[in-house]
Amino acid sequence: MPKKIQLPVSEADIRALHAGDEVEISGIMVTARDAAHKYMVEKKPDYLHKVLNGSMIYHCGPVVGKEGGKYRFIAAGPTTSIREEPYEADVMGLYKVRGIIGKGGMGPKTLEGCKQHGGVYLHAIGGLAAVLAECVTEIVDVYMLDEFGVPEAIWVFRAKDFPAVVTMDSHGTSLHKAILDASTQVQQELYK
Amino acid sequence: MQDAFLELIRRASTQLPKDVLDAIDAYGRKEAEGSMARNILGKMIENAELAEAKSVPLCQDTGTLLFFIDYPKKTPEKAIADAIRKAVAAATKKGYLRPNSVDPRTERNTGNNLGAGHPSLHFHQWDKPYLRARLLLKGGGSENCGIQYKLPDKRLGAGRDLEGVRRCIIDAAVQAQGQGCAPGVLGVCIGGDRGHGYTVSKEQLFRKLDDPNPDKALAALEARCLDEINRLGIGPMGLGGATTVLGVKIGTANRLPASYFVTVSYMCWSCRRKQMIIRDKKVRYA
Repeated sequence: MPKKIQLPVSEADIRALHAGDEVEISGIMVTARDAAHKYMVEKKPDYLHKVLNGSMIYHCGPVVGKEGGKYRFIAAGPTTSIREEPYEADVMGLYKVRGIIGKGGMGPKTLEGCKQHGGVYLHAIGGLAAVLAECVTEIVDVYMLDEFGVPEAIWVFRAKDFPAVVTMDSHGTSLHKAILDASTQVQQELYK
Repeated sequence: MQDAFLELIRRASTQLPKDVLDAIDAYGRKEAEGSMARNILGKMIENAELAEAKSVPLCQDTGTLLFFIDYPKKTPEKAIADAIRKAVAAATKKGYLRPNSVDPRTERNTGNNLGAGHPSLHFHQWDKPYLRARLLLKGGGSENCGIQYKLPDKRLGAGRDLEGVRRCIIDAAVQAQGQGCAPGVLGVCIGGDRGHGYTVSKEQLFRKLDDPNPDKALAALEARCLDEINRLGIGPMGLGGATTVLGVKIGTANRLPASYFVTVSYMCWSCRRKQMIIRDKKVRYA
């Protein structure tokens, strides 16, 4: 059974998670991808502290519709996380973000960031845009929409039972590194 | 014609081809019961069914729109291009496409998927009396996994022969891990110049998964690469398992004596390709 996580979440609850754990996340979280990460690290906007503290960042550039003056996500799967590797650990430290949700995993700097700041990386299934959009119940706010455009804007939204798997934990374990190492070994055997 | 292209885009964005669905289903049955790999492949099918039923994009990254158009002499190329551009803008407004076109100089998103090189149009006039339009929606995550090798390659021990090509294809899969949304399809071009190599490798992605290569040696190489890559253990989304790719499709283009490129384009599991035929004003999709 997946573990239920309610946001905002405490550092202790996050440190209790281990790579391989399946979770379902509910509460308010925030989308941020390439332009937003550069912006958070270079400009350090103060107004984001309130929404990010104890929350999670979702690497996602959604398809967004507007009905009766209200936004809604039409398609909202994860985007490739590794592009944020230069920024993520700093963002976690700066804003006390407890989880990063994306796809494909991240590198050693983020793994170290998870250890140091008490965070986890959670893997959502890439391409699952229609299913995951159903887990988004409400768009609460949006920042930098005019500046960054729809996919890159910072969307604040409420999720219900958003499914993900912990693949990098705060104890230094990364499933991604284990699979990369194992597959590289098989590759060498296939070359013999 | 604009409406016909709008419908082509809608179908490409919201309907996963049957051969891809069948392959995901078949591979899912081979993964261990209760495993994460099997669970993920099952979710992929669930997503495809939901997207089609609700007519919403399969994936929020509706990608680069690659149109390959074969057209009869009597149809002016410009009329087709104009109809496509209008259809693309309309499809973006309707939410079938995400606004996905960014000017790298100003960093502004054009908001309608139109701009320099967008959509990507490949025109070819032919002798047949009808128009064939093929559309591929290729997401950025998978496009970032594309790679081009220049043989010989010392790191891979790859020379200028099909054994060298095999090493490149396996390496491309290892480097991609789950980043391109595995299990994907690899489109490969042997030869060509650098630019043409990528075009041919992408055109290979229109082939159905069970479409055998007419060249016997290439057919054997496709089958061998498919089998060997699925032994790497990368699995769906790179989280482990026996399903790393759904297909390997290899084409060729003549090369210069001095050059030997092997180009690999990665297509995500959400392999969004659709074809449209317009004959005597009648439109048919496949």
